[in-house]
Amino acid sequence: METYIFYGIAIIALLVSFQKNRAKTRSALKKAWKSFENILPQLLTMVLLIGTLLVFADTALISKIVGKDSGWLGVLLAALIGSVTMIPPFVAFPTAAMLLRAGAGYMQIGAFVSTLMMVGVVTMPVEIQYFGKKLTFLRNLLAFVFSFAVAWVIQGVVG
Amino acid sequence: MKKGKMILKRYRFALITMAAVGVLLLLQPQIGMKAIQNSTFQLQQMFFVIPPIFLLLGLLDVWVPKTTMVKYMGEGSGIKGILLSFLIGSAAAGPLYGAFPVAAVFMKKGIKFSNLMIFIGAWSTMKIPMFLFEMGSLGVKFALTRLAVDIPGILMIANTLQKMLTAKEVEEIYQKAETLLD
Repeated sequence: METYIFYGIAIIALLVSFQKNRAKTRSALKKAWKSFENILPQLLTMVLLIGTLLVFADTALISKIVGKDSGWLGVLLAALIGSVTMIPPFVAFPTAAMLLRAGAGYMQIGAFVSTLMMVGVVTMPVEIQYFGKKLTFLRNLLAFVFSFAVAWVIQGVVG
Repeated sequence: MKKGKMILKRYRFALITMAAVGVLLLLQPQIGMKAIQNSTFQLQQMFFVIPPIFLLLGLLDVWVPKTTMVKYMGEGSGIKGILLSFLIGSAAAGPLYGAFPVAAVFMKKGIKFSNLMIFIGAWSTMKIPMFLFEMGSLGVKFALTRLAVDIPGILMIANTLQKMLTAKEVEEIYQKAETLLD
């Protein structure tokens, strides 16, 4: 349902933009295609890997590791996985949806999504370049701890 | 030729994975078929959800200027600066490491430290195109709940960071940022 709304908004925005400035619209379309094509390789790899993994890791196994009954240990595990992996959100959200359908819990997926976006262990060297060691460590640590609060609230509202 | 090589290089992991699934299909036809079914189902969904979002992302990038907003986010910009930091961060597109160069420019222009941290927080987790996509994949309730928790969370993290760093340490980070740009 939401998707149809987005299609509507996007088409209207595109028409308005086209009326106002053709050149800008063309460059917007180019950017849209480029940013999509940029993530396409990772997208394909990720989908294939998860698709295959899910054949082996059946519902029972996933529920055991990050399922509803895995509790805070499952949340911790999910948060750690989210911190050390670098998956673009366009890949991460469908992956998370896939895991939910396969039996993962909302609290655990909440922690995974939150740390995935806010904590970046892999990108720390880059961050240190700009922010220095202290600020980088503190920012990532606070974001990690905060993700448990996110998980807890999501569990309360959605789970 | 060169272009073909580039494409091959970029898609090498995708191709290796495809080959691996192909081998699986030969050795274990049942498991291989299931893996392909799982993947195509997911791809179909993605290709349905993605196009309007990327369209919006492209339009946003072209029509919303960034530099003009910088001057409204310095010391003494108050609530307006906070709102703008949230706005600019969430209007952005791209991975978090793309935010760091922008942060360096902001520091050079003299944006307030707490606003800088709000901007980073918003960029990391509240980007509008991502939010739309999150609603599409994980549901409106999930995405809205996360957003509602993230806003106070980002403010709290920005505040705590400002308290944990001395004025001198912040000054040093700002000075270093300037050298990074030249």
